Amino acid sequence: MEKQVILNKRHFELTLNRLCYQLIESHNDFSDAVLIGLQPRGVHVVSRLKSQLEKILHKEIMCGSLDITFYRDDFRRREKPLIPSVTNIDFSIENKNIILVDDVLFTGRTIRAGLDAMLAYGRPAKVELFAFVDRRFKRDLPIQADYVGKTVDTLSTERVSVEWNELEGEDKVVLYTPEVNE
Amino acid sequence: MNNLSVEHLTGIHDLTPEDIELIFQTADNFKQVINRPIKKVPSLRDITIANLFFENSTRTRLSFELAEKRLSADIINFSASSSSVTKGETLIDTVNNILAMKVDLVVMRHPNPGAAKFLSERIDAKVVNAGDGTHEHPTQALLDAYSIRERLGSVAGKKVVIVGDILHSRVALSNIYCLQKLGAEVMVCGPTTLIPKYISELGVKVEHNLRKALEWCDVANMLRIQLERQEIKFFPSLREYSMQFGLNKEILNSLSKEIVVMHPGPINRGVEITSDVADSKQSIILQQVENGVAIRMAVIYLLASKIERQ
Repeated sequence: MEKQVILNKRHFELTLNRLCYQLIESHNDFSDAVLIGLQPRGVHVVSRLKSQLEKILHKEIMCGSLDITFYRDDFRRREKPLIPSVTNIDFSIENKNIILVDDVLFTGRTIRAGLDAMLAYGRPAKVELFAFVDRRFKRDLPIQADYVGKTVDTLSTERVSVEWNELEGEDKVVLYTPEVNE
Repeated sequence: MNNLSVEHLTGIHDLTPEDIELIFQTADNFKQVINRPIKKVPSLRDITIANLFFENSTRTRLSFELAEKRLSADIINFSASSSSVTKGETLIDTVNNILAMKVDLVVMRHPNPGAAKFLSERIDAKVVNAGDGTHEHPTQALLDAYSIRERLGSVAGKKVVIVGDILHSRVALSNIYCLQKLGAEVMVCGPTTLIPKYISELGVKVEHNLRKALEWCDVANMLRIQLERQEIKFFPSLREYSMQFGLNKEILNSLSKEIVVMHPGPINRGVEITSDVADSKQSIILQQVENGVAIRMAVIYLLASKIERQ
């Protein structure tokens, strides 16, 4: 497996910062907006965005996490059952502006499931999509992100991983390419 | 380890402790689902489930039905009193006729011990045992242990006494297996005539004095006296039974510690448990019912994920 860093620590931070200001540009003081992270990895993006935005705006940002396991379209198409994570939305999303957050946008199927899962909690005014990394050219569904940290062109055999200081020891985005067999 | 080791749920006896833990973890998520505004998930929308009840049941059937509906499965219900069973059809024929309608999973209650296992070896669908005679009632034991885990934090190391009609009780046997697999100590308590002779070979303590049993335990699971299964008299009168083995406020308050009271239902108020105890804070009877739906959702979800797609 070949490993290539496509966003290093410094650019990672710059990107997050830029995205925060982009969010503020469309949502002003976040009075009607909430961030909802998709389990399992989107919640890390949310927690980072939350602390950054709170630093800039000096107010609390409403955040939640959403598990989409029971809404996936690949139930019974996998070897192992999908083990769910926790959903934590302790506010009403009725008439709110929702920003669905995930780390990597690839086929769009997770987001499709996320939309379904979210609608079980109410009817938001508007839903936007935030993807820290957008792997374009391999979308299975007509889904595009409104906020993108980094766009990458990849093969479907490759893997993109957003890594966090809290979990993996360093903030970075890594592209893994499998070795080609001779 | 994130797959059940079994293909059917015929009894707790065949489950590993990891299986039980997996069911509990999955049930945690479903409990969250059934407590939100839209209590339904689309996971099983391409699965059809038949609920076959060859013996009466209200609570278990409703609980299973609700669990299946909340998973978006299609369901068909069948009860023996309104069926061809009364016309002399065999169990296998009845079930195969139902399976010919493309059913993926069968939930069955049957008066004969071993009926679920028998069926699981002969048909091409997943089987969930919802009670087979005096043998096992696995989902009840799972929800009982799950309720203990919820109330006390864990099951391991806890002392649980099962009081009442152990002889006729499938709940008791499944509970013994389940609690022991999770590391709890189990005691049974009741009149000598209602305690099976060789029960201590399962590694459970036997006690005939209710007060001593209650002093020992953290949790008391009060079973119903199954009047319908008592073809002969096992004790002189209900009144005598309730005097010796009935749980009332007076005994409960005189204990040196606060214990948790459970009952699988339906309650014979005033026989095995008095109303003030059943409705007290120490009782988790209604939580057991709520957890029943989450546990059954988890069991069906995990078994259904093993069904191969055509």
